[in-house]
Amino acid sequence: MNTVVLLTLTGLGLAALYFLVASGLSLVFGLADVLNFAHGLFLGVGAYATWWAAGNLPGAGSDGLGFVVAVLFGVLAGSLVAVLVELVLIRPLYSRTIEQVLVTVGLSLAGVALLQATWGADPRPFPRPDWSRDVTSVLGAQVPNAGLLLIVAAVVVLGALLAFLRWTRYGLIIRAGVENREMVTALGIDVRKAFTLVFAIGGAAAALAGALGGVYFGTVSPGQGGSLLIFAFIVVVIGGMGSVVGSAYAAVAVGLLQQFVNYYGTSGLGDLCVVGLLAVVLLLRPQGLAGKVAHA
Amino acid sequence: MAVEPILSVEDLSVRIAGLHILQGVSFEVAPTGVTVLLGRNGVGKSTTLRAIVGLTPRNGEARGTVRMGAQSLLARPTHRLVRGGLGYVPEDRCVFAGLTVAENLRLAERRGTTPAYDKVFALFPELDRRGRQRAGSLSGGQQQMLAIGRVLLNDNRLLLVDEPTKGLAPKVVTEVAEVLERVAESVPVLLVEQNLAVVRRLASDAVVLSAGRVAWTGDARELLLETALTKSLLGVGSAEVHS
Amino acid sequence: MTEVKSAEVPAPPATVPDELTPGHARWHGLRPYLPLVALVVAAVLPYSTLNLPGVFEGPLNSPGTLQLLAICLVFGGLAAGYDLLFGRTGMLSFGHALYFAAGVYGTDVLITKAGLPLWQAALLTVVGGTTLAALLGAVALRTVGIAFAMVTLAFAQVGAILVARDFGGLTGGEEGLPLDVSGLPAGLVGVTNTVNLYWLALAYLAIVVLVVHRVSGSPTGRVLAGLRDDERRIGVLGLDPYRFKLVAFTLAGGLATAGGVVYVLIVGGASPHITSSELTLSLLVMVVLGGPGTRWGPVLGGVLYMYLDHRLTAFGSSDAVNNLPAFLSHPLSQPLFVLGTVFILAVYFFPGGLASLRTRLTPLLTTLRPRR
Ligand SMILES: Nc1ncnc2c1ncn2[C@@H]1O[C@H](COP(=O)(O)OP(=O)(O)OP(=O)(O)O)[C@@H](O)[C@H]1O
Ligand SMILES: [Mg+2]
Repeated sequence: MNTVVLLTLTGLGLAALYFLVASGLSLVFGLADVLNFAHGLFLGVGAYATWWAAGNLPGAGSDGLGFVVAVLFGVLAGSLVAVLVELVLIRPLYSRTIEQVLVTVGLSLAGVALLQATWGADPRPFPRPDWSRDVTSVLGAQVPNAGLLLIVAAVVVLGALLAFLRWTRYGLIIRAGVENREMVTALGIDVRKAFTLVFAIGGAAAALAGALGGVYFGTVSPGQGGSLLIFAFIVVVIGGMGSVVGSAYAAVAVGLLQQFVNYYGTSGLGDLCVVGLLAVVLLLRPQGLAGKVAHA
Repeated sequence: MAVEPILSVEDLSVRIAGLHILQGVSFEVAPTGVTVLLGRNGVGKSTTLRAIVGLTPRNGEARGTVRMGAQSLLARPTHRLVRGGLGYVPEDRCVFAGLTVAENLRLAERRGTTPAYDKVFALFPELDRRGRQRAGSLSGGQQQMLAIGRVLLNDNRLLLVDEPTKGLAPKVVTEVAEVLERVAESVPVLLVEQNLAVVRRLASDAVVLSAGRVAWTGDARELLLETALTKSLLGVGSAEVHS
Repeated sequence: MTEVKSAEVPAPPATVPDELTPGHARWHGLRPYLPLVALVVAAVLPYSTLNLPGVFEGPLNSPGTLQLLAICLVFGGLAAGYDLLFGRTGMLSFGHALYFAAGVYGTDVLITKAGLPLWQAALLTVVGGTTLAALLGAVALRTVGIAFAMVTLAFAQVGAILVARDFGGLTGGEEGLPLDVSGLPAGLVGVTNTVNLYWLALAYLAIVVLVVHRVSGSPTGRVLAGLRDDERRIGVLGLDPYRFKLVAFTLAGGLATAGGVVYVLIVGGASPHITSSELTLSLLVMVVLGGPGTRWGPVLGGVLYMYLDHRLTAFGSSDAVNNLPAFLSHPLSQPLFVLGTVFILAVYFFPGGLASLRTRLTPLLTTLRPRR
């Protein structure tokens, strides 16, 4: 029983990480048709900016309020980089889907190399509050606090995103744009502003994943974003592109599946099951669990 | 035309995926009443409207001149054109199925102007009652009302309406025609319509496309009187209109 | 596409008498044979002891240089095979590394763990890799566009996981699996025989180019080009896009597997980094840099990319770079930073890649050439 609780909660922690990365990817893809390989870079920027801020930014630190400031700084940095990428590199290529993918591919290669050039390829210890190293007893299972933090953060982000999409004018535009971008412009709305906005949101969520992932893993390294990104892609496809709720369901499914199978089967088998799940979902429902029909 | 046209299309050519769909189309839209754009299926009527409003697909290209008043339209982004008073009701309605009726309407609101909800709800009381219903669950006729209604929330200088009666039951067709008739009293309309009864009721002028070009322009009633002409251009006899 | 045709069609007879434009006409007459000439030059290259300081570390026929060249050639072939998907059919696969890795690990495991002789291992591997491509392609091609890209990416990730987790102790996990050379033909083993591996790589490249060229010139190739330009039109013709795409996918997978077989012999072992999605991304970069859908573009792109990847590492640690201020020297010491940046610039400013250089330069050259 303890093991099941522990596995469930660590699986949810993983799911939270996937969700933070995937929600932005999904919105960016759903609205703007951009398959963003540079999304892992936003995560890396968030992690390193947090790490840097904790050591160098006045007022920021690795504990208490200072830690919150450091994370905020990281999130802001990730969001800023995402907006810059959208404005400078992606926007001039709008509607040229393949070229956009290529540019984000180049960016992911160059960006990770740049992180590596600046801070080295080796993992660096991540500043984290003392309480995040402790465990909390939940139903008899000793669950790491860092994992719980991730879950809480993801739930908050999910709630905030849904509220934003539901109650604000831009949320309305984004929901409509995911369905039919052309008709949004035909109502006199400049949909490209919404593109920039989803990049900013996606960048912020990914950067948060980077910062909290750093707390969870205890280290930060340039390649961290890349491996997470592949599973985030899988989550996006399973969840249906453009659907935040779909991403949340899919992230939970993938995180739990991975954790349980890796524990009860051999290590690595869970990852394979996830890909199997992807294949099954695609064959049965090419549009994903909750999304619009994926198109070319 | 004696009076200045609201829209003039000159030598409009559209290529999509290497196919030359429109090959030098020229016509004008009168500043009042309904001008109807006719032609057989697949001749390029929708393509014409989409080119005017700047929605030629990415693998295509539109050339020529399109003017609304003194303003040249081609190469300007769609949202600017629409804000400039060009209302577009697309083929197949294209309402946002996942949004509620009220949200569909709210999307059309613009900063700095008061949306004319009174006018729209007077025309379509149904939309007021069904505000919280998802647009995807509306009937075809109701969706068409919504598609027209959200365009009428703002002031327009010209409306482009693409086959508003497509796939609707005869009774609903009459309702839609009635609404358009009332709308056309205040705004000029460029209408694509296959239903010749509706054309007869609404249209003052007609433009007929055939094989990528304009084959006929003139008074709409004149066109409908000439059975042989409508048959050769549209593939229907105007006898069908009376049945 | 026009690029390919112009290379194929025999040059039109010169209308100008030979003595007036001597070099020009002869050039045109030679053009169909240029690939052959290039092949011969490449084949006799190992006999040269030419030293190109700065370009290569040792003389041309030194084992180090030959090995680097062989790797470049293999990647030229790989890129050409990948272009069959991307440039000629318009399929964006992010999982091509899988089939290459299947070639590398398949051969390595069959020789080192199962003790098979090389020819059997190679044959089994190529057949296996092609079958794998056919099976996975059959599933992945149920989707199109971006979803297809993601599915192929996910499948390739399975390969990476299988290799990294070292199931059954077959792959050596993170350490990789050195090739057991004791059972290999003597001519392929040892530093002195690097030249044979070089020739093997050259043969592989030549075969890939030939196959891709043949396929794209065939009726099937025209259907593939049609799919790339507008899939619906092919559907309208009553042809089944799925089957044609599957043929291209399988063929490209088989060619990549064969490339893996050659590669494992050249580098003498397998290491897990070749299974990474980064390798597929590099293939994409090679093809785009070279010029998608052209005969020589992807080959050039592949060769140049691998060369730069190796040489930039040396360049990055050279004095010239080290003496720069840190904010320049650090990024420049990362080959991927340089290549990624070049790639982005190429997407913006050089959509046709290297292969479009000639057409772009022609007007310039004609204006520069003195009038006769
Ligand atoms: N995106 C596209 N890609 C390829 N061909 C297209 C595209 N859009 C339109 N076409 C082609 O252009 C031609 C004209 O299409 P269009 O929709 O304008 O016809 P239409 O006159 O509106 O027909 P209908 O009366 O059936 O609505 C058709 O042959 C159609 O196949
Ligand atoms: Mg139409």
